[in-house]
Amino acid sequence: MAATAIQRFFDGDVWHSFRSSPMAIGAAVVAALCVFSALFAPWVAPHNPFDLATLELSDARLPPLWEEGGSAKYLLGTDDQGRDILSAIMYGARISMLVGLASVVLSVIVGVALGLLSGFVGGKTDAFIMRVCDVMLSFPSILIALLIDGVGRAMFPNAHDTLAFAVLVLAIALPGWVQYARTVRGSTLVERNKEYVQAARVTGVAPLRIMRKHVLPNVMGPVLVLATIQVATAILTEATLSFLGVGVPPTQPSLGTLIRIGNDFLFSGEWWITIFPGLMLVLIALSVNLLGDWLRDALNPRLQ
Amino acid sequence: MKRIQPTLIAAALALACGLAPAATLRVANQGDATSMDPHSLNESLQLSVTGNVYEPLVGRDRNLALEPALATKWAQTSPTVWRFDLRKGVKFHDGTPFTADDVVFSFGRAAGDGSDMRGYTSSIKQVRKVDDFAVEIETTAPFPILPDVISLVYIMSKKWCEDNKAERPVDRRKGIENTASFRANGTGPYRLRERQPTTRSTFVRNPGYWGKVDGNVDEVIFTPIGNDATRVAAMLSGEIDMMEPVPLQDVERLKGSGNINVMQGPELRTIFLGMDQKRDELQFSSVKGKNPFKDKRVRQAFYQAIDIETIKQRVMRNAATPTGLMIAPGIKGFVPEMNKRLPHDAEAAKKLLADAGYPNGFEVGMNCPNDRYVNDGEICQAVAANLARIGVKINLQAESKATYFPKILRRDTSFYLLGWTPGTYDTHNALSNLMATPTDKGQGTFNLGSYSNARVDELTQKIQSETDQAARNAMIAEAFKLHADDIGHIPLHQQALAWAMKKNISLVQLADNFMPFKYITVK
Repeated sequence: MAATAIQRFFDGDVWHSFRSSPMAIGAAVVAALCVFSALFAPWVAPHNPFDLATLELSDARLPPLWEEGGSAKYLLGTDDQGRDILSAIMYGARISMLVGLASVVLSVIVGVALGLLSGFVGGKTDAFIMRVCDVMLSFPSILIALLIDGVGRAMFPNAHDTLAFAVLVLAIALPGWVQYARTVRGSTLVERNKEYVQAARVTGVAPLRIMRKHVLPNVMGPVLVLATIQVATAILTEATLSFLGVGVPPTQPSLGTLIRIGNDFLFSGEWWITIFPGLMLVLIALSVNLLGDWLRDALNPRLQ
Repeated sequence: MKRIQPTLIAAALALACGLAPAATLRVANQGDATSMDPHSLNESLQLSVTGNVYEPLVGRDRNLALEPALATKWAQTSPTVWRFDLRKGVKFHDGTPFTADDVVFSFGRAAGDGSDMRGYTSSIKQVRKVDDFAVEIETTAPFPILPDVISLVYIMSKKWCEDNKAERPVDRRKGIENTASFRANGTGPYRLRERQPTTRSTFVRNPGYWGKVDGNVDEVIFTPIGNDATRVAAMLSGEIDMMEPVPLQDVERLKGSGNINVMQGPELRTIFLGMDQKRDELQFSSVKGKNPFKDKRVRQAFYQAIDIETIKQRVMRNAATPTGLMIAPGIKGFVPEMNKRLPHDAEAAKKLLADAGYPNGFEVGMNCPNDRYVNDGEICQAVAANLARIGVKINLQAESKATYFPKILRRDTSFYLLGWTPGTYDTHNALSNLMATPTDKGQGTFNLGSYSNARVDELTQKIQSETDQAARNAMIAEAFKLHADDIGHIPLHQQALAWAMKKNISLVQLADNFMPFKYITVK
C-alpha cells in the first residue's frame, strides 16, 4: 500500500512540477551531495579524524589551503587537535543526519499512530490525546529535549555511547510527534466519514484494518511534507543540543559539536574551525527546507 | 528627577568628605568555587575565593612569605609544641568576637570527617586553648614548618557553625551540603552577600575589618563563565572587569583591544597524570583480572608515549614548561638537576607495553576536568591521541570540575589528570599529599591512584621534622628519585597563569594563582 501511496506522489503532476522547478532541482542536488558525502564519509573523506592514532598534533590549527600557511593535505584546515576539518565535517554531518532522520522516523511513527487513533476512535481517547498534545506544545521543544537528555544522563551516568545516541534521538523525537498527531487527526476526521470508509465498515472490516489499509494512505501526503521540513529542524535541534554540550558524546562530534569547539577560536582568528561546519549545517538545513517547501506546493491542489 | 537628588547629594557629600570612590569589580573565572565552605575542598580556586572571607592564623603576603593574620606572633616552645598568640578585638562578620575557642573548633573541623584539609592537619596531635587569646598546637613529631603548613586552614566561628548546624564540613563526595555551602561568616576583609552556585557570588567590603586593605574595591561580583569564547566576549564588551584564566588563543586579541591588560607569569602549579596502582582490577578497562598499571613497564610506556613538546607548542601555545618533577621551581626543596623527563619515544613505549604482555595495547577510561586548568580538556585529548599511537585506547571523560572532583576524590578513576600547587610552597606538601601512601589520617589525600613506596613514606615523615637544610634537601632528592624511578605519576608541565583586566585596574598577581580582592585597586 505504501508503495502505491508513493507511486501516487510521483505519478505525473509531482514529478512534472519537480522537473520544471529549478529551485527544487538545485536543492535536491545539494541535499543529495550532502547526504552522499555524509553517507560515504569513511570512503570519500581524505582522513579519518576520529582515529586518534593518525592525528598529528603538530599539524594543529592549520588554515585552509588558500590561506597563507595552508596545506594541500588539509583542504579546509585543521582544528586544535590536528583533525582535518573537511573530514570532520563529513563525519559530523553523518552523525547529525543520522540523529535527525532517526528522530523524525520515531516521531512520525508515534505521531501518525496516535493521530490516526485519535481521529478514528474519537470521544474520550481523542480528547485525552489532544490534551497531551496541548501540554507538549506549551513547552518549548528545546526545553523538553534538554530535560530528557538530562534525565537520561542522570539515569545512566556511565552509559555507553549507543545509549547516549538513543537518549538524544528520543529527546528530539518526543517534542516532534505532536505536529504529526494533529495533522493526521485532522485528515482522519475528514476521511472517516467518506463513503469508502463507510463501505468498509458496512462490509465488516475490522477498525484496525480500516485505519491501516484505507485511512492511512490517504492522510500520508501532509505527513511527508511535514517530515521533510522536520528533518531540517531535527538536525538543527541536534546541533543546538551539541552546541550546548549535552548532545552526542564528544568522541563522536556532530556538526553542532564542531561549531562549539570552533567557537572558542573565533576571537583568535582561526575562523575556519567553526565557519565550515556552520556552512555545512546551513546547506543541509536550507536544501532540505527548500525541498519541503516545494513538496508542499506540489501537493497542494489549490496551487496547481 | 526628584528621586535622583538624594543620590546626588550623597555622592557629593562622599566626594566632599574625601572618601575613596566606591568601586565595584566584576570578576569572571572559568569555574566556580564548589562551595563557600573553607574546609570542603583543598583546591586553589576554592581557597582563593573563600580566602577573601575567611582567614588563617598565619597568612601569606604579596610575595607569599608568611605574615601575621589572626595570630600576631608564633614560636616553638618545644620541638613538638607551637604557641600562637591571637589577635585581639577581631570580630566575625556577624559581630561575634574571635577567640581561642574558634581556633580549637576550626582545627577540629578541618581535621574531622568530611574535611578535605586533613593533609594540612595530619601531623597535629592536639590544639589546646591556653587562654582566650593564645593557643598551643602540639604535633605528633617535631614539626618546624608548621606555620607554613597551616596557612590555608581558615578559621570559622564556633558559635555560627553550631547555630547553623555546620559543624561538619560540606562533603561533595557524599553529596552532603549544609549552611556553610551557601553562607559564610569569617573575619576576612570581604563578606559574602549573595551566593548563587555556578551563577554568581557577591562579596562586599567588611567595614569592621581589623587590618589594612590596600585596594579600593567595595563590591566584587564573581561570575563563573565556563565557555572560553563567552568569557573573552564578556571581557571585550566590558561586561566584566577581570577574567582568569585567559584562553591562550585569545591573549593577543585581548592585548590588542586597547583598554585591556593581560598579565602572564609562571605558575607554581604542576599538571600531571595519575594511575590507579592499588586495585587488583581496574574499574574502567578492557583488561580483566589484573591491573596493568601495577606493572612499571606499562606506566613507563604511558610516560614515554606522551609528546610533551608538541603539547607545549600546539595545545599550550608555549605558555607551559614541561617538567620531570612533581613540583615547580620556586617551591622550597626543588631539585633543578633532577628536573629531567624520560624522552618521548613511541617505539620504546610500544616495546615496553609488549614486554608487559600488551602487544596490542588495551582500553582504559581517563578522567579529566575541562574547566579547572589551562586547556585541561585539550591536554587530555592530545594525551589520548599520543597513547593511541602505542595501541592504548583511551575512553576520555572530560567534564566540569563540579562532577569531576567528587568522582576522583572517591577514587572512582583508573587514569586521571590533576594539577597541584603545594599550598605551603614547600616540597613536603607535595610528598605528603600526592606521593605518600594514603592513610585515614590525611596522608596521601590527593594520591588518588594510591602510589605506594614505604621508603618514600618514611622519608616524607623525616622531611617534615628535619631542620637541617642540607640533610632535608638530600632526603627530598632521594624521595623524588624513588618516585621518578617507580614512575609513580607522569608529570606533564607547569602552566603559565594569565589574567586579563581593564587598564584602570592595578593588582598583585600571586604565583599560586590566588586572587585576594584586597590588593585590587580600580582607578
